[in-house]
Amino acid sequence: MRWELVGLCAVVTAAIKAAGPVALGGRRLPSSFTRTIALLAPALLAALVCVSALADGRHVTVGADTAGVATAGAALLRGASVLVAVVIAAVVTAAMRAI
Amino acid sequence: MTDARASFRAGLRAGVPYAAAGFLLSLSFGVLARHADFSSAAAIVMSAIVFAGSAQFAAVSIIAAGGGLGAAVAAAALMNSRFLPMGIALAPSLPGGPLKRAAQGQTVVDASWAMANRGDGTYDRWFLFGATAIQYATWFAGTATGALAGNVLGNPDRLGLDAIFPTFFLALLIAELRDRRSRGVAAAGALIALALVPFAPVGIPVLAASAAAIVGARL
Repeated sequence: MRWELVGLCAVVTAAIKAAGPVALGGRRLPSSFTRTIALLAPALLAALVCVSALADGRHVTVGADTAGVATAGAALLRGASVLVAVVIAAVVTAAMRAI
Repeated sequence: MTDARASFRAGLRAGVPYAAAGFLLSLSFGVLARHADFSSAAAIVMSAIVFAGSAQFAAVSIIAAGGGLGAAVAAAALMNSRFLPMGIALAPSLPGGPLKRAAQGQTVVDASWAMANRGDGTYDRWFLFGATAIQYATWFAGTATGALAGNVLGNPDRLGLDAIFPTFFLALLIAELRDRRSRGVAAAGALIALALVPFAPVGIPVLAASAAAIVGARL
């Protein structure tokens, strides 16, 4: 079953990534559409961050990982690089779990 | 052609911090997959041919929790659904026929896509290819390291590896928050997703956050 999962995920991912460029060709899009597209990144990324930091299955909980991500977020806002931020997140989370 | 080469190099350089963080992220994926009873080979091949972090984590987590194949593939598809609008945005900047366009579309990953945006609705495709190439290399290497050395590391939660994934995407998000409108849309998207977590299957809350962008573009 695990190899089937690998194969199916690969096919599905490739199809999704190909769909936009193939279906649209090189056509230009109306500006209202482009504006929506530009706003999809903040909407989807914010949702992904909050769900992965706060959801535990179907429960929304504040855990050690939430504290780690929040600390890393503060570092990012002060100009830390993404590499430094992920190390901070892991260290803070591990430390909170150790105590 | 020299322009293309310069763009590719610029993309490689810009991709370095994300590639380095991606190494740790894919390392945590390799460890997680081994804990979910994936063989090292299956974990490494998955990273090599799927190369989509959120989908891989979602699918493997569902299998780890005892879920079925259908649910795991559906969750991966939903997580990846954000690449659909990304591909639509990129489409006008790609040349060639359907096969060539489909192949170029495979290079879309979050950080590269966000950075290759020139800010005028067009994308620098060679920059995109460069930024993705270096991230692909470390994504593969990190997974291999995690999958082969994971048993030495022990429980990934004890090491705080689960905090790497949200932080990686938080870095991308912060770079996107340029004005009041994008901040408002991000906040609304986060609220929509969190509100749906108790009721909707994995993946749906994130996809539903698209509604914030659709409404936000019209305000």
